[in-house]
Amino acid sequence: MESVNTQIQQVPKYDKTDDTIVFGFWVYLMTDCVLFAALFAVYAVLHNNTFGGPDGAQIFSPSYVLVETIALLTSSFTCGIGLISAYNMQKNRVIGWFSVTFLLGLSFVVMEVAEFSHLIHSGDSFKRSAFLSSYFTLVGTHGLHVTVGLIGMLILIIRIYTKGLTKASVRRLTLLSLFWHFLDIIWIFIFTIVYMLGFS
Amino acid sequence: MSILGKLSINAFPHDVITLGGAIMMIVAILIGIFYVTYTKRWHWLWSEWITTTDHKKIGVMYIFVSIVMGLRGFADVLLMRVQQATSVGSSHGILSANHFQQIFSAHGVIMIFFVAMGFLFGIINLVLPLQIGSRDVAFPFLNATSFWLFSAGMVLMNASLIIGNFTYAGWLSYPPLSELKYSPGVGVDYWIWSLQVAGLGSLLSGINFLVTIIKLRCKGMTLMRMPLFTWSVFGTMVLVILAFPILTVTLALLYLDRTVGTHFFTASGGGNMMMYVNLIWSWGHPEVYILVLPSFGIFSEVVSVFSRKRLFGYRSMVWAIWAIVVLSFIVWLHHFFTMGAGSNVNAFFGMMTMIIAVPTGVKIFNWLFTMFGGRIKFNASMIYFLGFIFLFTLGGVAGVMMAVPAIDYQLHNSLFLVAHFHTMIVSGVLFGDFIGIMYWFPKIFGFKLIDFYGRVAAYLWIIGFIVAFGPLYILGFMGATRRLDHYPAYTGWQSLFIVAGIGVGIIAIALVFQFLQLIISYIKKNENFDTTGDPWDGRTLEWSTSSPPPHFNYAILPEVESRDAFWEEKQRTDKNVQDKKYEDIPVVKNTPLAMYIGAMACIFGFCAVWHIWWLLALSLLTIIVLIMIRTTDEETEYVIPASEVAEIDKKVQWKV
Ligand code: HEM
Ligand SMILES: [Cu+2]
Repeated sequence: MESVNTQIQQVPKYDKTDDTIVFGFWVYLMTDCVLFAALFAVYAVLHNNTFGGPDGAQIFSPSYVLVETIALLTSSFTCGIGLISAYNMQKNRVIGWFSVTFLLGLSFVVMEVAEFSHLIHSGDSFKRSAFLSSYFTLVGTHGLHVTVGLIGMLILIIRIYTKGLTKASVRRLTLLSLFWHFLDIIWIFIFTIVYMLGFS
Repeated sequence: MSILGKLSINAFPHDVITLGGAIMMIVAILIGIFYVTYTKRWHWLWSEWITTTDHKKIGVMYIFVSIVMGLRGFADVLLMRVQQATSVGSSHGILSANHFQQIFSAHGVIMIFFVAMGFLFGIINLVLPLQIGSRDVAFPFLNATSFWLFSAGMVLMNASLIIGNFTYAGWLSYPPLSELKYSPGVGVDYWIWSLQVAGLGSLLSGINFLVTIIKLRCKGMTLMRMPLFTWSVFGTMVLVILAFPILTVTLALLYLDRTVGTHFFTASGGGNMMMYVNLIWSWGHPEVYILVLPSFGIFSEVVSVFSRKRLFGYRSMVWAIWAIVVLSFIVWLHHFFTMGAGSNVNAFFGMMTMIIAVPTGVKIFNWLFTMFGGRIKFNASMIYFLGFIFLFTLGGVAGVMMAVPAIDYQLHNSLFLVAHFHTMIVSGVLFGDFIGIMYWFPKIFGFKLIDFYGRVAAYLWIIGFIVAFGPLYILGFMGATRRLDHYPAYTGWQSLFIVAGIGVGIIAIALVFQFLQLIISYIKKNENFDTTGDPWDGRTLEWSTSSPPPHFNYAILPEVESRDAFWEEKQRTDKNVQDKKYEDIPVVKNTPLAMYIGAMACIFGFCAVWHIWWLLALSLLTIIVLIMIRTTDEETEYVIPASEVAEIDKKVQWKV
């Protein structure tokens, strides 16, 4: 009984400012959502304008994208576990799980960059056609977001490693996780709309 | 490519008028610097203003920037009016065609982004936290950052006057004209980046104020007890949040087209330039409601106070706001009926456009019913307001006319359109902002503005406006298109253009009176001190605290039991005087970081314009570091102890 009680006390409760910050972050995510919605709309308008260049079926590789997707989805899962550890104030586990998340995210970005550079080198760059312009921009914007998330994650991990798990860092982890899951959802849309529909 | 990208000595101005403008601007800046140095105010400027996170001061700075920019926007107007009055037949006026195009583009951009938006966020900053009984906005540092991003965009846009040139593709710079092929210079890039930076500021403000309204209302202020200005800002911020990301995307895609050779809007490569027009207006139409909704809120407050009556139809006002918010996203196509989307599509958007007039009409009637039977005070604000009702209704009818696609095929891109949207913007937005500034001025500065000069200015504005834009309605019917730097003599348009020029002259006198109002009121401020905090017999919370309010707005946070809370409180006879229980108040410390972020964003934009990639990367890195410094700083606040709060509060009461 005793130990359960102390455990509960350790869970950092949100105070009002935390609540406001988290809510503000949600609103920010909504604006990002609109941003992606606009990019999806652009892709929808332009995806047939291949202008004599390749279409999706010719340049996408299903297995490659599947690996990317699995990496990102898994990272979302490990990120969730990491956050639970943060709520339980288990510093080492937080660092461990978020490091795994970081590596998975990093491999996602590396794979994407490799895919992009492959396309560019084989002559199918964003300059080739409107379809490719919109493809690179939509997917690249997502990749850029993931990169920003990775930078934030790295800084947070280092800070938690040196300064320990403070209330502020738990809050930041909360925000980061929200961001990460959000990017996951966007990726699922990209996977479905860009790749799945592209293969067919 | 050189280390300075595309930048070279050729970027500096050559022709007389640009050079004159550039020199005037530099001289103005030098005079400013000299004045501050001479009066030894650098420290004051730094510690009271530049580093501040206080929403009231940020609001004042927004308005200051907007006034300065308004003068520049108006200088452009003078040039355009002289040009169009004289450039007929064999005479070619004072401006080259290219220069004329830069000027109307700059005028449109400045007026929308750096005047109307600046006034709007300025007034919201001044009033909103006070009105909901809060001590500040939700994120004060972010608020300061927004302001500095807005200023960075402003600086960038003005830099184009000295280094390089501005866009000549119009205030919305449609492709294909704005594509690299047809606009190879840096003008369009300046346009893109000044809007991109300022737009980011607006977006962050949108988030900030939305959260403020939802989370920081004082005890007892349920949604349906919020003042209407707050409701209007609520609606506006939802629009900002949903619309501004679209602008960000659109500008970014255009920049990619111009810089790395993508094909979003190009004529070749499978690009679709009609998509640009769709995208920019699905931001652009909500934007016009972003501008006008807060003004509607101001009208609602002021009419009820100066008619000494409760606002008529509060609930219907709230519903009207939300109807406008929703509808404003499904009318954008009325800006390009002539693009040929097909008759069914045009008919749908035409109908939606007419429907949006309904909630607007509801609001007009509610204001009129509020005045009906009230004890009306005919001060400058009410004169502007009546001018607004008259002009806005006329302009609205013109708008509904153009909402009929068949009619729009005649009127599209004519001066009739120019007259229509100026009627809406000047009466709806500008007059509202003027009223708001006069109305809340004593709250912020502690003394009232002398009404006489305001009244003269109001009459002159209304008359000047009618003289300046009446002829444009007629010219539009006569076939005059917009953006003309020259027209043949046989058209017979010249006399009407000259009349329009006279109208602008009257407006110029109105501006003089507005400045006189500010200056003379300042000189005679001892006669007009507002010692009560409630100079207008107000109804909402902001009038319950002192003028000017202390840094923390309220020594003791108010509690609210009804709509028009302060008014009800004043009517109560059984005032329960309690002992005041003061508490410690945490306040966000001053910090220069927000200004640094703005400065870096300005450099970033400049480098993006001139393709100075190394410096661009450096400025981006600096921004990241600055954000890191801020987010890892655990001591951003200090606490004003309760005893000191009590002290400050007593002093305020004692003054009364
Ligand atoms: C002081 C009163 C004003 C006068 C006399 C005035 C006059 C003009 C004139 C002569 C034009 C060019 C029309 C043409 O294409 O031939 C113009 C364009 C424009 N004005 Fe104003 N203006 C005023 C205030 C404003 C305000 C307050 C705003 C917005 C907040 C505004 C926004 C615009 C825009 C967006 C354009 C279109 C620019 C373009 O064609 O790209 N104006 N104005
Ligand atoms: Cu519109």
